Amino acid sequence: MNNGRFLAFILVLATIVLIFIGTKWPVKAAREFTSGEHMGRLSDTPQAALQNLGDAIRSNAWRKAYDSLANKAQFTENDFMHDVVGAYPNLRTYSRLENLESHPLHATDNEADYRVKLHWATVIGDSVSTRDVHVVRNGGAWQVEWPITKEAPLPPQVIPVNYLRWDVIFRGAGDDWGAQDVEAPHVRIIDMHPVQRAESLVIMGELLNEDVVPAYVAVNATLLNKKQQQIASEGSFDMISHLLLPKAVTPFLIKFPDVQLSQVGSVRMTPFSTLIPASADPVIEIQNEKLNPAPDASLTGEVVNQSGEIANVAHVLGTFYDQSGNIVWVADEYVERALLPQTPVPFNIPIPEDLARKISSQRTVVSTYKMGGAA
Amino acid sequence: MRRSWTALLAVAAMAACASAATAQAGGLTVPPTVEAGSAFSIASSGSGQGTLYIVGLGQVIKRDVQLGGTISIPEGTLYNAGHYMAFLAGGSGEPASFDVIPAKVSEINFLARPSRLPVKLHDGITGAVYVFDSYKNLITTPMPVSFDLNTPSEAAQNRSVQTKYGAASIAMDSSQKEGAVRFIARAGEVSATRIIGQVPGDPCALRMSAKPAGKKIELETEPVRDCSGNAVPDGTIVTFTETYNGGESMVDVPLKRGIAKIDMPAYPGANISVASGVVLGNQIHWGK
Repeated sequence: MNNGRFLAFILVLATIVLIFIGTKWPVKAAREFTSGEHMGRLSDTPQAALQNLGDAIRSNAWRKAYDSLANKAQFTENDFMHDVVGAYPNLRTYSRLENLESHPLHATDNEADYRVKLHWATVIGDSVSTRDVHVVRNGGAWQVEWPITKEAPLPPQVIPVNYLRWDVIFRGAGDDWGAQDVEAPHVRIIDMHPVQRAESLVIMGELLNEDVVPAYVAVNATLLNKKQQQIASEGSFDMISHLLLPKAVTPFLIKFPDVQLSQVGSVRMTPFSTLIPASADPVIEIQNEKLNPAPDASLTGEVVNQSGEIANVAHVLGTFYDQSGNIVWVADEYVERALLPQTPVPFNIPIPEDLARKISSQRTVVSTYKMGGAA
Repeated sequence: MRRSWTALLAVAAMAACASAATAQAGGLTVPPTVEAGSAFSIASSGSGQGTLYIVGLGQVIKRDVQLGGTISIPEGTLYNAGHYMAFLAGGSGEPASFDVIPAKVSEINFLARPSRLPVKLHDGITGAVYVFDSYKNLITTPMPVSFDLNTPSEAAQNRSVQTKYGAASIAMDSSQKEGAVRFIARAGEVSATRIIGQVPGDPCALRMSAKPAGKKIELETEPVRDCSGNAVPDGTIVTFTETYNGGESMVDVPLKRGIAKIDMPAYPGANISVASGVVLGNQIHWGK
């Protein structure tokens, strides 16, 4: 009995000590969720105003963020929120602002221009959106003028969609031994190219679905040394378009950190394919694509959803070729917003500066996902 | 083999220990071969009661018998193919041995691969057959198996293969026309059917046309067919690429009712190309 009381006393004491430590010296993440010193920071400089805005967005204090804006009369709080995270479910729906990075472009005593980079922590890693904002002095405090981009609302309409859809019935438990199952889709690697990039070995290539049915695909690569012993094995993860409709081609890229090409005797490629139910809808058009030379080499363009269904997440994969048609690089970008029907959404895929000069053509594919499953 | 002898010795020892038999110098005469599941008789000599054991790899039978007469083994009693020994417990006669052979073919296991393949593929369809009797004994005696590949529009391919150790296999060509093919394997009076889907191959002579549609160009392919003239199935991706003034537009369009159709921006001087998979089609220069 006495032991029990002593244990309870110890636990209560430990709890009090931990509460005290947590209150006195909170960790950064906890501080951000409270209205502590960060939220209460005076906007006495343009940077402080931007940081305060970032803190409010990070803690989902949309009212506070909206109220801090200089041009809030031009739009509603909802417009602002939709501009930052999107009106329809998208990659941002399940993300959080990790960091707001600001770089001054121009400044006077009463106004300043900043380029802000919003770093979002998303399911696919860091996603950065860049905005050029104007900050103005209002009395003793600085306020941000948010460059609002209003998303045009979708007019109520009926869009008939009659693209093909594939459903699959696999063999059942009651089938005889020897009875057939549906054949896995036939896929083929049509190009493969290993290159050394800094400390990593990168294997790039293209995979073709040569069948008449849709395929869920992935590619694995196993590196073997000159004695045919395994060095490492990696998969393409998301550097591939996993859903391949008949005769569709996807690039893939597999990274092997800390492996030198000189160590490698051979590479064993293992394409994987399985039959999945799929739809040929939505059809995505890529328009106004441009290869922008160095510095800041990139592939820019717009993706347009030609169908009636909203594509919540769009993943743009660019394959870059040299003059001989050999693959030079594969890069990707997740589009920030959901793709609404007939509404262009820009994309910008950065290209390594040293490779930009070699690139003479490119091919782009887009895979889309809708919330709850692959589109 | 070791298992069979172990079983035999165990049963013999058990029989000797439990020697309640009243047999006197019993001997057995068995047929050299017995068809699985069929009735047969064993002639015995001696007199009195005895216990008959028939021991094989997959089956053991024990019967109390009257010696000096014919012992009838009814139909369906001994059905596992293999080598058997028959002896009387406590008897002084030598064990008699005989073989149970598979009965006539009653079932075939037919593996046909793949279930879907392109047309005109040499040796693309493979079939393997395993022949069994009604008691699931693999029939190892060589026997002919016929393979028929029946297409709806072309003459059937028919080939016959002799089984070896109970199995027969074959490779056959897919035909020129798409559609479901009945692949039939027949052994004796038993047959099994598998359906093979023959699908069109890669698009052949892919061609598109363009016409103005306001500020856009309406692009449309001709009906897309493979090199054998089969219509490429709907859903197949056709890629239209338009290059202009250093810019590019691209769209992957699935075939619908045999054609791919899309509107793209009309840039004067643009070059438009069409492709499907690794097959390139024609190119159009959109005039200024």
